[in-house]
Amino acid sequence: MSDKHLSSQFDSELTGVSTLVMKMGGLVESQLRTAVQALSEFSVELADQVTSTESQVNSMEIEIDHDLSSIIARRQPTARDLRLLIAISKTTANLERAGDEADKIARMVKSIIESGAARVLPSSELRVAADMASALLRKSLDAFARLDASIALTILKEDDAIDREFDGFVRKLITYMMEDPRTISPSLDLLFLAKAVERIGDHAKNIAEFTIYVVKGADVRHTPMEQIESVVR
Amino acid sequence: MHTETIVKERSKISVKDLNFYYGKFQALKDINLEIPEHKVTAFIGPSGCGKSTLLRVFNRMYELYPEQRAEGQILLDNENLLTSKKDVALIRAKIGMVFQKPTPFPMSIYDNIAFGVRLFENLNSTDMDERVEWALRKAALWDEVKDKLNQNGSSLSGGQQQRLCIARGIAIKPEVLLLDEPCSALDPISTAKIEELIAELKSDYTVVIVTHNMQQAARCSDYTAYMYLGDLTEFGTTEQMFFKPNRKETEDYITGRFG
Repeated sequence: MSDKHLSSQFDSELTGVSTLVMKMGGLVESQLRTAVQALSEFSVELADQVTSTESQVNSMEIEIDHDLSSIIARRQPTARDLRLLIAISKTTANLERAGDEADKIARMVKSIIESGAARVLPSSELRVAADMASALLRKSLDAFARLDASIALTILKEDDAIDREFDGFVRKLITYMMEDPRTISPSLDLLFLAKAVERIGDHAKNIAEFTIYVVKGADVRHTPMEQIESVVR
Repeated sequence: MHTETIVKERSKISVKDLNFYYGKFQALKDINLEIPEHKVTAFIGPSGCGKSTLLRVFNRMYELYPEQRAEGQILLDNENLLTSKKDVALIRAKIGMVFQKPTPFPMSIYDNIAFGVRLFENLNSTDMDERVEWALRKAALWDEVKDKLNQNGSSLSGGQQQRLCIARGIAIKPEVLLLDEPCSALDPISTAKIEELIAELKSDYTVVIVTHNMQQAARCSDYTAYMYLGDLTEFGTTEQMFFKPNRKETEDYITGRFG
């Protein structure tokens, strides 16, 4: 928020809650990075680390919601302040779910390691997609922190690339499963894992949509890309 | 700015190229505005922006002062109020006004209402009783005063006095009701009652309200106008004005960034 309110207290409340969101975002991002690393190194230890961060993310979500309620009750925000607080609330919910997906990835990694079939399966492609999702989440938080609608717009486009990657990966898994039925069980684990990565991309996209909502005052969810482009420009 | 495209309803009052001067000081600059019929239009803006002045021009109250003059047009149903040869009292009978501070006449509650009615209509006592009750009921005051209609108006509480003034304003059945900061001296309960009343009145009247309380404008108006230094900066539906105003100046004021 560039301009200051007459009430500096209100400013510091808004800054405080925004900082918390960024902190929570950073936590989820590192959760995701660790999960991806656990996948590439087949490390049970790293996977456990992801799971242990989970409760911290959850309590941050509750803390942020509490702060938001308090600001709304006491300040009756309007216009862009109101849009910012609504967007923060929704962004927080999306971050919490992205954290859940990272946790899911960590648990899948453990399950794949335990099955012993890990190295025959095409997990390297999944790592590429997971890196993309992780980068996208970071970018969406960056766009949100700067309230930059044009970065947000590029995120919406990049999420489509992750979705395409997912579709390709599913086709590949099917060929593996047809060739050797013994890979079916670990392949299903990988499939869930890929789905989790794809969902994280969706959460990043949602956060980007909320950024556009704050800046432009337009709700661009479920809106064709051409229309979103004309809103942002 | 022009507001014809924003207002979908029939406009009750059209302000065209209005300029207003207190002596050499120009208090209103080229105001163009449509005020929709049977809707509540709120004027907001910092002190001295011209919103109360605009309200006073609507019923030609400025004519009491020789150094004040208005240029342009204010059309009430296509009749220009500024050049009308009609008796000013007749114009004011169509455009009622309620002020910031309750101003009950020093007479009984009953006569506070009946006084204005007697100026314009010749009612027998039964009809007058009915009119007084009707106005007091409309203003949500009847139940509180029905047993003491002969008591002095100033014996009522501040909130009741203000509702008495609103009852007095509507008793002569005006077409437009102007409210200048009607709740600024009232407690939250009286304020809530008056806001309820405003919502109810708009089915019969066109209501214009000037308020410093932005939440009040947001709660009870359909359209909101933001004025600054004699200019009409922005006009829009209240929802749009409080959610996504088009002008940065409006947003800064509404969100409390006005310095």
